[in-house]
Amino acid sequence: MESINFLYELLGKNALTITLVVILPLGFVLIYALVAILAELKTSAWIQERLGPMRTGPWGILQPVAEVIKLIQKEDITPAKADKLLYNAAPFIVFTGAYSAFAVIPFSEYFAPSRIDLGLFYIFAVGSISALGIVMGGWASNNKYSMMGAMRSVAQLISYEVPAAIAILSIVVLTSTMNLQEINKLQTGWFWNWFLFGGPGTLAKWWIVPFTIILCMIYFIAALAETNRLPFDIPEGESELVAGFHTEYSGIKFAMFFFAEYAYMFVVAAILTTVFLGGWNSPFGNLMQGPGWGVFWFIFKGFSVVMVQIWIRWTLPRFRVDQLMYLGWKILLPISFVCFLIISLYVMLK
Amino acid sequence: MDLITITFYFLATLTIVFSGIVVFSKNIMHSAFALLFTLFGVAGLYVLLSADFLAITQLMLYIGGILVLIIFGVVLTSRITGIDVRAGSLGKIQLFAAVIITVVIAASLIWMFKSTKWYMAEMKEVNSTVRQIGNELLTNYLLAFEAASMLLLLAIVGAALIARKKH
Repeated sequence: MESINFLYELLGKNALTITLVVILPLGFVLIYALVAILAELKTSAWIQERLGPMRTGPWGILQPVAEVIKLIQKEDITPAKADKLLYNAAPFIVFTGAYSAFAVIPFSEYFAPSRIDLGLFYIFAVGSISALGIVMGGWASNNKYSMMGAMRSVAQLISYEVPAAIAILSIVVLTSTMNLQEINKLQTGWFWNWFLFGGPGTLAKWWIVPFTIILCMIYFIAALAETNRLPFDIPEGESELVAGFHTEYSGIKFAMFFFAEYAYMFVVAAILTTVFLGGWNSPFGNLMQGPGWGVFWFIFKGFSVVMVQIWIRWTLPRFRVDQLMYLGWKILLPISFVCFLIISLYVMLK
Repeated sequence: MDLITITFYFLATLTIVFSGIVVFSKNIMHSAFALLFTLFGVAGLYVLLSADFLAITQLMLYIGGILVLIIFGVVLTSRITGIDVRAGSLGKIQLFAAVIITVVIAASLIWMFKSTKWYMAEMKEVNSTVRQIGNELLTNYLLAFEAASMLLLLAIVGAALIARKKH
């Protein structure tokens, strides 16, 4: 069994290194979330021709830190008629669901917390834990808006998991593995080896390239819906539901929901990066290829996808509930089935 | 005790404590959410047995599918959440019967556990269970696989038919 974890290689496999491997992505998530919040504030400002935060630190870069400190200091309110136990547990379960997906994300050739063969299947499976956390929070708040938001959120998550899973499954047909590290290794070389462009192979693959690009777009749209981001943020739709499932939450527990949302945004960006955009591989063959560059490329690509999510959030208006369901079941699902069949045909002919 | 033994006892305790909550809780929502931890504990036990595919399928189907369905059912049923779900006036007789059945089942299980000569398989590093499962399903167990898929297809068509608007 080859070790793919540089920490195990340096320090041996014991309780301490296992804890380190578990904690390392957490540190990444905390720093990344601060950067992503700043990016969100600044991007929204530029799109709306504002300056955004400018006072906290030079060019406003300390704004997310200030916001987190503010949220931690705030009074933690629990509604009198809420179910205390479930109300307090919900933010942790939502964050656990988002964070547990990091267990299989390969940050580099030499760092992936776990190397299980079922990486992609696992990510789809743990996605449902956050859905349950959202229902828990929405129900325990004892508030109609929260309940409505939670129901919408789960309905949306379940509906869009289907096209997302079919899109990923089509690529699994090409790779014939669900191990994220293996999928990365297949895409080594120039950028035309990425599964966005049909994966490795001779020029005979040209006729499936349009379909892999469509699959990538389907996955991206479904991922936006799964993270409850605009244009699919009907669970939080301010004009209809105040703030959706986290209406009653304040202070640190609200911050937990917030962090979970940003962590999940990175999870879907990481899957997109790994499956379609070559993961930690450099786009330019052997140039800038290697373990250290791997971390750079992975985070660079992942963050670019997060930036596109932010960009879309501030550009498009929100869908109605029926439009959302229509798009998921009647447009994305049939298209993804067609792409799945065509890619299966290609693999059979090859 | 090594790490695996500690993990085993942790997961076993988690499963048992939360399945106790599922059964004994007065609040049906608490029962439903305690089921999350019970199913999660069982999935963890599968991981310890090197059955990674089974563990993730457990997460996917039971937590992502069945538990979400149960919770939706509870939430959408009006005024069910405040009701004490334990048995009412009939309770005494039911309790008596339940205790007898439980004792009989528990005794026979313990007797079976004690009297069986257990075969201890050697620990093997299992690589890629999913490949083996896939090959078995599409060769030796093809008929069962296809029958299950037909059943699911019928269930989907039936559900769509029931959910349709009546003309």
